[in-house]
Amino acid sequence: MTDVTWTTTALTLVVLLAQVVVMVALAPLVAGLTRQTRARIEGRAGPGVLQPWRDVRKLLAKRPIRAAGTSWVTVAGPVVLLVSSLLLAALVPLVAAVSLPLVPDDLFVVVSVLLLGTVALALLGLDSGSAFGGMGSSRHMTIAALVEPTVLVAVYALSIPVGSSTLSLIVTERRDDPASIASPAGVLAVVALVVVVLAETGRLPVDNPATHLELTMVHEAMVLETSGRDLAWVEVGSWLRLAVLLGLVGNLVLPWGVATELSVPAVLLGVVAIGAKVAVAAALLGAAEVGLAKLRLFRVPELLAGSFVLAFLAVTASYLVA
Amino acid sequence: MTPVVAGLAAEGALAVVALLAALLPGRRRNLLAGTACAALAAAGAVTGALALAGGTGVVRIPTALPLPPLTLAPDALGGLFILVAGAVGVLASVYAIGYAHGASASRTQWAALAVFLLGLQAVPAAADLVSFLLAWELMAAASAVLVLADQARNPQARRAATWYTVMTHVSFLLVLAGFAVLAGTTGGTAFDVLATADPTSAAAGVAFALLALGFAAKAGVIPLHVWLPLAHPEAPSHASALMSGAMVKMGGYGLLLVTLRLLPGGPTWWAVALVALGAASALFGILQASVATDVKRLLAYSTTENVGLIVLALGVALLLRGHHAPGAASAALVACLLLVVSHAAFKATLFLGAGSILHGTGERNLDRLGGLVREMPWTAAAFGVACLGAAALPVTAGFVAEWTLLQALIHAVRPSDALVAVAVPVALAVIALTAGLALVTFVKAYGIAFLARPRSVGALAAHESPASMRAALLLGAGAVVALGLAPGPVAEVLAGAADVGGVEAVGLAGLSLTGVDAVLDPVALLALAALVAIPAVGLVITLGRRLPARREALGWGCGAARTSPRMQYTATSYAEPLMRIFDDALQPTRDVEVTHVAESRYMAERVRYLQRVEDVIEVRLYRPLVAAADAVADRARRVQNGSIHRYLAFSFAALVVVLLVVAT
Repeated sequence: MTDVTWTTTALTLVVLLAQVVVMVALAPLVAGLTRQTRARIEGRAGPGVLQPWRDVRKLLAKRPIRAAGTSWVTVAGPVVLLVSSLLLAALVPLVAAVSLPLVPDDLFVVVSVLLLGTVALALLGLDSGSAFGGMGSSRHMTIAALVEPTVLVAVYALSIPVGSSTLSLIVTERRDDPASIASPAGVLAVVALVVVVLAETGRLPVDNPATHLELTMVHEAMVLETSGRDLAWVEVGSWLRLAVLLGLVGNLVLPWGVATELSVPAVLLGVVAIGAKVAVAAALLGAAEVGLAKLRLFRVPELLAGSFVLAFLAVTASYLVA
Repeated sequence: MTPVVAGLAAEGALAVVALLAALLPGRRRNLLAGTACAALAAAGAVTGALALAGGTGVVRIPTALPLPPLTLAPDALGGLFILVAGAVGVLASVYAIGYAHGASASRTQWAALAVFLLGLQAVPAAADLVSFLLAWELMAAASAVLVLADQARNPQARRAATWYTVMTHVSFLLVLAGFAVLAGTTGGTAFDVLATADPTSAAAGVAFALLALGFAAKAGVIPLHVWLPLAHPEAPSHASALMSGAMVKMGGYGLLLVTLRLLPGGPTWWAVALVALGAASALFGILQASVATDVKRLLAYSTTENVGLIVLALGVALLLRGHHAPGAASAALVACLLLVVSHAAFKATLFLGAGSILHGTGERNLDRLGGLVREMPWTAAAFGVACLGAAALPVTAGFVAEWTLLQALIHAVRPSDALVAVAVPVALAVIALTAGLALVTFVKAYGIAFLARPRSVGALAAHESPASMRAALLLGAGAVVALGLAPGPVAEVLAGAADVGGVEAVGLAGLSLTGVDAVLDPVALLALAALVAIPAVGLVITLGRRLPARREALGWGCGAARTSPRMQYTATSYAEPLMRIFDDALQPTRDVEVTHVAESRYMAERVRYLQRVEDVIEVRLYRPLVAAADAVADRARRVQNGSIHRYLAFSFAALVVVLLVVAT
């Protein structure tokens, strides 16, 4: 490689790491904003947007308790989830739509990194050795399995106009050709992806993040035996996942403001833009959850089948246009 | 004498040594026969690697039959399959040194293993149909003997071996018939002569259908897969590993041989048939695997899934080749071969791991396992890595293979071709659902067997396996990771074997599909992961030192975990949501039996719940067939009543018929 490409690669790496830092800072605020919006609409005062940060501080100070009979998975699982979320934040085009030459932000790679976190959480649930942990893990993996066809077919629909599954290319292509965002194929694919994001991050109507009833839990059931800083890593990892996926949807719907060149103003604009997009998405998510009830577990496949049909329609529509 | 010829000769010599070692008495037999078998397999692996690298060599063995001499002349594609069979053979032989005991360590079993290894490596080396069929039969017969290992104590093994023998001979007859049609039209037995057949002729169509069905039966593609979930659990684990890791691949080799070498450029319906068969197998296999509780049955069904993906990839490659998408077509072909190689690595390791579980606990049923990670850390590590491979997660061999296939599919956009426009998204969706279910299946297999608390006495008393078994397991797991970390050079070699381009190694060992413009460099991905992980893990560790230390206490479980480990989720309960969602496809039988207390009908004393999942295809397709065959045999028995007069009458009638035939 020449010096120029080395410099570009190094700069890209710096921008991507900055993106990770920004997303880590934003993630708890996203969770806080969702809860606060929901609380306000429901007529409660709410704990404030900063509450998740305070929760993390509290959890870190607590002594973690480990259930007897658990293995190293209980200690390593939360860290793996956290690392997979961090890698996700580095791979997905959020602040800047740039990619490293050898590690392009290929959607299949992104999905597999996401699944790595999913698996870490599922194994954590199983390792606890309680009925609830296994239950949450089983439901979590079932949902993840049924989500997969929608993800890949939606990805396919998005990749047809670009001829590549590289996310940054898809985002810049949509920005340069705004008509493709409003095209039937684009809209259907994004709607299908939104359902996927809700299912993968355990939001309503698939899972209730605020539930206190064990029998309906999915995510919460898996982390019942986790406490102290282990729980803090799980929480931060999950929030980061939500923030990254919301940011991705935001960039697909409104691909403006994403930095495509490696200059300081462009990146700063990218930071502001992604912050705004994620904030709007979080507020919308919070508002939407007020009016939604959790689906019965065995109704979830119907929802996912519906989203699969949308993704398939998106493919058909993109054929018609192409 | 070229190196390849020397390698083939060495294989023959080592096979004799292995057979002699198998005859040794007593305790030395395991070590010596195992070493000899490993050497035989290693010689095969080296020969395969030489042929894959472009080495040539012809061995002609004259026979007493009025036929041309048997010819062994491996080409690059054959070399790849010899290498795969040899590598799996080394793992299985080394493993068997520590694993074989009792019935599976008998003279017959060791001799059968040596013959099996020889047959496996001779099939892809054959250059004419007689030697191919001979090697094929050697492989089939020796593996049937291996399945029968435990027949004296276990009636299930006899049943499995019967099914296996019948299915493998159905496969043999179909292949024989297919080759006969081809030989009839071309007038020769050497593959070079057979390749002169016109692929668009009707005879070639018939030959393709027969050969494809025959090879599909060997590969375990539905609806000819029924022997897999029966034979794999009953065979000793090293034999299962060889059968699943290497032997079913020979079915794949057969399909590649037919579609690439003998009849290239066949009509589109061949490709469509392969895509449909592959997709149906992949879905059916993984659905059955996801609800299976016997760990080896689970792995057997997962083999049906993986072979389905291999056939699907081959079908997609042929389809795209015919529709002028050469970049995507060659990527799909490379994906097909990557799937072959990666499946050999992770499935062999998984079967060996299952053998170690069986060895350490005496249990094969996931519902009775648990907590093995503490007593069996080596097995847990190797099995875990192989599970990641089977679930196609980074950075393993399985991920690379599936990524390549997906890239080939999404770059196959040719909306003008209606067939491609329909086939591609459907194939994509099938692969995606398969991948999702594979994820559940292997999280279940690993999580239930190795994590949580032991669910039976056997699991509680688990012990780690001896050194040779651990060595084989770690070698296998190492191969899964190595293939996943360095896909570039591997894919280049595979593309060479299939004689296609569009593959390039980039970066340290990354894979670049130039035909479809996609890059995957697992080492670089790992480096990026390390870049974000090192600060995070550093923070976790420093905080861990400063903050209060972890305390161990009884699990909470909302106040209910102090009870017995039987309250944990089991493999059956883990798969319950899937069972309910795919109820129509799986058709489980459920039976609830409530015993009431004598005093009151309102109180239950005992509730018994029984759920059984049978193979729908076995029940619906094969049971009527077997019943019909039984009925016919019953009728046929009536002509035999033991009376000598009747038999004399039969002989007389036969003579009259012969006279009539001769006279006309």
